[in-house]
Amino acid sequence: MENFTPVSAFFGGVLIGLSVVVLLLTNGRIAGVSGVVGGLLASKVRDAGWRLAFILGLIAAPLLYAAVAGGVPPIAVTSSTGLLIAAGLLVGFGARLGSGCTSGHGVAGIARLSPRSFVATGVFLTAGMATVFVTRHVMGG
Amino acid sequence: MRQTIAALAAGTLFGLGLTLSRMVDPAKVLGFLDIAGNWDPSLALVLAGATSTAAIGFRLILGRRSAPLFAEAFSLPTARAIDRRLVIGAAIFGVGWGLVGLCPGPALAGLGLAFRPVAIFVIAMLVGMAAFELMGRVRPPAGAPASPAPGAGR
Repeated sequence: MENFTPVSAFFGGVLIGLSVVVLLLTNGRIAGVSGVVGGLLASKVRDAGWRLAFILGLIAAPLLYAAVAGGVPPIAVTSSTGLLIAAGLLVGFGARLGSGCTSGHGVAGIARLSPRSFVATGVFLTAGMATVFVTRHVMGG
Repeated sequence: MRQTIAALAAGTLFGLGLTLSRMVDPAKVLGFLDIAGNWDPSLALVLAGATSTAAIGFRLILGRRSAPLFAEAFSLPTARAIDRRLVIGAAIFGVGWGLVGLCPGPALAGLGLAFRPVAIFVIAMLVGMAAFELMGRVRPPAGAPASPAPGAGR
């Protein structure tokens, strides 16, 4: 467990929680990233402005963090192109079919004590762990 | 305009949280999902910090206000049923998450850190979301009208 970073993880989580609180207090919306993005792909988009602004902030934040903190450790994306495409398709489709992802169900839904979100979070955590178990320990990737 | 600025601030806070907690790094996320390997419980601490903060905020806001600051009403999910759609969708999402270690928030935030591989994932994710929208138009969920009446507004 030498990779465990509890303090930065907890306070990073607090910032994510504050983001959810800010969006609810100001716009009355749930900050679920798949819902915010998916709303832009609906047949009638009437509220693109705040959705695009949220996404812009999300993309700009690590660069802002790097500018203030003097850099951000590099991230490791080692998957092949085929795997990236397959995973992206599953994540996008699954998040919309299941009405949420790690943020909408895992953070906002659990904070609201929504039974649907507890079930969804349990299912995607289990599916994610099972997938990593198969790819790393059964197939030995 | 106020709604847009507030959303920009919220998105920025979200991305700063993902950066500080290192959840923008798929290797960190996979370290959490790999319970049989060199397990890294950090993601559980992220969820603990985020859900406890959001729970306190929700309680204060929804207990004291009848409407948000810049909109007419709160837009909260109303669905209650734990149905096949929810479970199958979460399972499909979880498999994709476990394959690469990216989910929608960290994928968007990661665009500026490792553009090429993350952009490939994000484009595929958008295609997956668009496929869901198309499916909804061909086969609407139970209880919804097959096609909206002409001129019917939302």
